[in-house]
Amino acid sequence: MSSALKPADLITVTIDGREIAVPKGTNMIEAAQVLGIEIPHFCYHSKLSVVGNCRMCLVEMGLPALDPATKQPVMDPATGKPKINWVAKPTIACFTNASPGLHIRTGTPLVRECREGVMEFLLVNHPLDCPICDQAGECKLQEQATGYGRGYSRYIEQKNVKPKRTLLGPRVMLDDERCILCSRCIRFSKEIARDDVLGFIDRGSHSTLACYPGRKLENNYSVNTVDICPVGALTSTDFRFKMRVWFLKTTPSICPESSVGVNTEVWSREGVVYRITPRRNDEVNDTWMADSGRLLYKQVTADHRLREPSVDGTTVAGAEALAQAGALLKAGGVAIVGSGRSSVEEQFLTRKLADAIAAPAWLVSRVGQGDGLLISADRNPNVRGALVTGLIKTVPEAELTELAAQIAAGKIKTVVSIGEDLTAAGLGEAQLNRIAIVYLGTHANATSAGAKVVLPTLTVFEKAGTFINQQFRLQRFAPAVPGPQGAADDLVILAGLVEAAGGGALASDIDGLWTTLASEIKPLATVTYQNLPATGLLLDASDFSDLPFPEDETLHFNPKQ
Amino acid sequence: MIDFLTNLPPVVLGLLKGLAVICVIFPIAGACSMAERKVSAWLQGRYGPNRVIVPWFAWMPFVGRGLQRLGVFNLLADGGKLLFKQDPLPGHVNKFYFMIAPAVAIIPAFTTVVVVPFGAYFDQAGQVVPLMLANVDVGLLAVFAIASLGIYSMILAGWASNSKYSFLGSVRASAQLVSYELSLTLSVLPVFLWVNAPGTVGSLSLARVVEFQSQPGFWGGTWFIFLMPVSAFVFLVALFAETNRLPFDMIESEADLVGGFHTEYGSFKWSLFFVAEYAHMTVGSGVFVLLFFGGWNPLPWLPIGTLFGWLGLVQSAGHVSYAIAIAQGVLSIAIFLAKVLFMIFFFMWVRWTVPRFRYDQVMRIGWRRLLPLALVNVVVYALLIAVIQK
Amino acid sequence: MSVIQVQRKPLTFAERTYLPQVFGGLMITLRHFFGRRVTLEYPEQRPEIAPGYRGVPTLVKDPNGREKCVSCQLCEFVCPPKAIRITPGEISGDGPSAHVEKAPREFEINMLRCIYCGLCQEVCPEEAIFLQNVYSVSGYSRDELVNDKEKLYQLGGTLPDRHFKWDKKQAAASASPIAHP
Repeated sequence: MSSALKPADLITVTIDGREIAVPKGTNMIEAAQVLGIEIPHFCYHSKLSVVGNCRMCLVEMGLPALDPATKQPVMDPATGKPKINWVAKPTIACFTNASPGLHIRTGTPLVRECREGVMEFLLVNHPLDCPICDQAGECKLQEQATGYGRGYSRYIEQKNVKPKRTLLGPRVMLDDERCILCSRCIRFSKEIARDDVLGFIDRGSHSTLACYPGRKLENNYSVNTVDICPVGALTSTDFRFKMRVWFLKTTPSICPESSVGVNTEVWSREGVVYRITPRRNDEVNDTWMADSGRLLYKQVTADHRLREPSVDGTTVAGAEALAQAGALLKAGGVAIVGSGRSSVEEQFLTRKLADAIAAPAWLVSRVGQGDGLLISADRNPNVRGALVTGLIKTVPEAELTELAAQIAAGKIKTVVSIGEDLTAAGLGEAQLNRIAIVYLGTHANATSAGAKVVLPTLTVFEKAGTFINQQFRLQRFAPAVPGPQGAADDLVILAGLVEAAGGGALASDIDGLWTTLASEIKPLATVTYQNLPATGLLLDASDFSDLPFPEDETLHFNPKQ
Repeated sequence: MIDFLTNLPPVVLGLLKGLAVICVIFPIAGACSMAERKVSAWLQGRYGPNRVIVPWFAWMPFVGRGLQRLGVFNLLADGGKLLFKQDPLPGHVNKFYFMIAPAVAIIPAFTTVVVVPFGAYFDQAGQVVPLMLANVDVGLLAVFAIASLGIYSMILAGWASNSKYSFLGSVRASAQLVSYELSLTLSVLPVFLWVNAPGTVGSLSLARVVEFQSQPGFWGGTWFIFLMPVSAFVFLVALFAETNRLPFDMIESEADLVGGFHTEYGSFKWSLFFVAEYAHMTVGSGVFVLLFFGGWNPLPWLPIGTLFGWLGLVQSAGHVSYAIAIAQGVLSIAIFLAKVLFMIFFFMWVRWTVPRFRYDQVMRIGWRRLLPLALVNVVVYALLIAVIQK
Repeated sequence: MSVIQVQRKPLTFAERTYLPQVFGGLMITLRHFFGRRVTLEYPEQRPEIAPGYRGVPTLVKDPNGREKCVSCQLCEFVCPPKAIRITPGEISGDGPSAHVEKAPREFEINMLRCIYCGLCQEVCPEEAIFLQNVYSVSGYSRDELVNDKEKLYQLGGTLPDRHFKWDKKQAAASASPIAHP
């Protein structure tokens, strides 16, 4: 459905009397959605195969009547339009694709009756435990029972009782009673996660969802089945019974797990993050995300979170720590270890800092195994940001051998580490003893423990910024919750350091900084933080096309292209 | 004992009498504040204060409980509270005048009692001897003169408080007092015109007015309220205004002036204003009873002398019985006090019935209704008396 | 909207003197003076609480002693002054109520915020919260006036249940061949 299609590829269909031009083969639920007409459905999912087993999307369908002799449409003399032969029985919209002259009707009494009937059957064995059901508030069954149900129950017999607490895997709990057998989870496991462990067993109203004997739903994408479950049958063990969804506020964010840059939504209430779910972006992650990325919110309240600025291990005021760091910077012999986890803005300010004191700057690479889906080999979310802002010129290494050599040569007396553990990056005891460390970071590690000055900063959930993912797509994230009392925004600290080092005053708010960014960084010339599209902005990557990036193919990224 | 007392030097005797009066008036004024709470409660269908009890009374079977229900001990609690609570002295006030204003309020309130007779006995000659501290001829004039000094305390308090509410309250008070003083004085003129017949020795003594109402015969025994109802009415209304009682308590008007002239006052200084108001009320009631309700005469056309005769409380000629004199005195004081207390109750009754007038209404009533009425009243009675006493 | 000018009746002379009205008023207050006292002497005498009175919100248990609240948080959601604060929890183990799955771990109602509107009672799908007849709330500190779960059950006690919904559910489960795989 991209705009590259020529009008010739489009065909016109009529939905409830309104015409719309769509590409041939378009699913009618999607076509109706474009017109703002909702066709209720449970089993249909735009990113999964169509099975048509819930029957909720029944509509009336018709095609123009053809004269058997001439093969020409028969015109209705009363209206001057082609005469439509309506199919006597309703058809399911999800299995109906756009074909020339197709007509569907979604609001007729027949359709309404069909929906009422389907809803009634679905509700026959569905328990009325919405008060304890975690899906309540975002439940398709609730919504559509309200919108299309008959409003009362004729069923007075005992409902089926099925197992309520079946663990399908370490992260997914099944409540069999609530399951409406839509098979979305089965299709997801098979088609997207490629881990075909789920299936239905037994017949009729005894049908249940089950794992293949001896196996579990434990792949790294299992919680996506919870997201797509239209009812509360599948629940996340992490989020289960934690908070009702109607209390939660959603904030658009980006998953910092890898350079894929999965679009996410952070659900929080009163400064506490409760869960992370994927946000649809058809260019990056469709509607999926990895389970491991969903747990990253726990770092916000982790025990080893840095909460107070300190100098030589003693807690001090933020201004005092900043002044100490500034004094170290002025003393000269400084090297900077930036971070591929910092946002584009932070990396820009890091570059400004390096420029101000003519310090060399490195990044530490973090390479793991890509899963070919939504976790890439580069586990730094924003190495390309450092390239675009000019902080580094080439792909980073895992070991800071060059820095170690310079320290050994006595040229470096102070290292500014932006959230990087220098020990893990290959600096040994011998080098660390010869330098003073200024550590900016969110969590304690070996480097922060030995640092001269520690300046606590914010996690991705607490600040605004942008990442550039493996496709060179600039994507922004917004703050969901406030940070700890003693921590300051990275931008504020970095701008303070730049000023202390004599680099002049720079804006430390995101909008003010973007005017500088746009004027100094060529690829970002037309961009501001506010006008960035929700799906991100693809940047020109031609300058970096010959760099040896570590990523392999993932869902919407192919390095060979 | 009696001889010893009568033979004391006049100064000491006067001092003793004065102390005795203060010892009576002060508790009455205090008790009035309690009575006010109780009466207001009863008039509104409530119980009023009925919780406080002193342990010793709690052990008495019925009396203690009855006194508790009556709220008698609340007086102690209230007084104790006012005495011991913090006495605030706001920073923005003129401290000297702020401090003396309550004293200025209480002095004239008690001084007026000097010329108010509160009982009588007969000496061996059958002459009525009124019980009062100073039987001066100026009598009522002294009461008016001294009582109106009380306004200075309110002006002082309002001005020294340095607060707009206090100031407005005291300004209103002075305007109101001046307005109603005229009617007050004019209303009693016919009484004294009647009492002081041409050719006799004139006196403004209140005792003389009572004596006049104690004469035998129909006209002699008639209380002035029946002879001069308009005078009595004007006097009563003006009295309400002069004592700043509702519906004329412009000076406080909690609704618009927070607390009026005593907005900035608290604890015991405030309670002195309170006591002064009740003392004014008591004395005003006394004067009203003396002028229009026959003083210590029990009933109209029933002079107290006749009552004494029925009870056998008559001095035999040539022999002075102090016992009889004291009995006569106590009985007359009791009758007088009963009437005064009824008047005080009436004051309260009106207060909890009639809402406050607006300030412009107060002025209009004072100048355009009450004053002309008092003037016409004086002229009419002057003519009448001239014709009758010719 | 049309305006109707109502002519005020001119006052008679007697009315303009105020005196008949004042006298009438004095008679009215005098009637009260001798009339019956209407005051309730509070701590000793207590008002009779009418059925349907909206007192302090409380949590109740069913006649079997099961805590009825399942921490659906609808009351927290509907509460206009945001007086209710619930931390949901899971009923784990094999206790008699294990099949209910969910119960509040903490349930706090801030009586300094509560406006006694009764929306929580109205919205409760489990009939677990009731505004009963407790009307006197006092304490020495703000903390004291936040009723925690224990206090709420102590205030609420046990009320009759018409449905025994969860007991029926348990009975059906034990009779069902497919409830226990």
